[in-house]
Amino acid sequence: MYLRTEVSEIEGWTVVTVHGEIDVATSPALRERLIGLVNDGSAQLVLDLEAVDFLDSTGLGTIVSILKRTRSHGGDLRLVCTEARIRRLFEITGLDSAVPLHASLDDAIGGG
Amino acid sequence: MAVVELEIPAHSAYLSLVRLVVDAAVGSLAPGLSQARLDDLKIAVTEACSNAIEAHETNWSEGPVVVRCTVGDDEVRVEVIDRGSGFDPDDVEALPAVTDPRRLRHESGLGIALMRTLADEVSFTPSPDGTRVSLVVHRPHSTLG
Repeated sequence: MYLRTEVSEIEGWTVVTVHGEIDVATSPALRERLIGLVNDGSAQLVLDLEAVDFLDSTGLGTIVSILKRTRSHGGDLRLVCTEARIRRLFEITGLDSAVPLHASLDDAIGGG
Repeated sequence: MAVVELEIPAHSAYLSLVRLVVDAAVGSLAPGLSQARLDDLKIAVTEACSNAIEAHETNWSEGPVVVRCTVGDDEVRVEVIDRGSGFDPDDVEALPAVTDPRRLRHESGLGIALMRTLADEVSFTPSPDGTRVSLVVHRPHSTLG
């Protein structure tokens, strides 16, 4: 059970890099961290999933929750994810149509 | 046929251990299975175990959750056995299709859909004593011999 986040600011976006596993055990802490950022005024969020080793449905639910929260605060959520096994989960559940998956941080910040 | 069985306390802190054991057991006993299929199986098993742990917590059930990996010539079967209230997936509220924007109103309920997509066969056997979820991934046939 391992999850670590790093937060940085790039061109008006708050970038959260996630390391480790996102499951039932770790999702609550991640959700709390992200909600805290949005509530503190960082509603333009990029979630970098490149260092995520594992993601399950609870993690997907957390991402949906944060997507809705950023948009309700006038912001947006963008994801960086190139790992096929993680991208596949977004494709299976159709969430890739709601939250675009970007190939790099530059793409996420520059793209729409 | 080889069987590896693990009993865990009904707590989410043990999910990563379950994944490690499934990875090691299936990886060594079914070497022909691709890493991608093994990853699929680990997600499906995690979903089943998460449901099992929740069932124990909801019902204040004592005793462990059992994870049993059986590796046969044609398939890998992982059974997750809990002592919760007996879960019937048909009783779960139907959610909008993933292509429906209303789906985003629901942050949970994706677990069963993932299990059904990622495993080749899934069965749920509820009983008064709990639920047995069986997840099967087919092994590719060897081209040798």
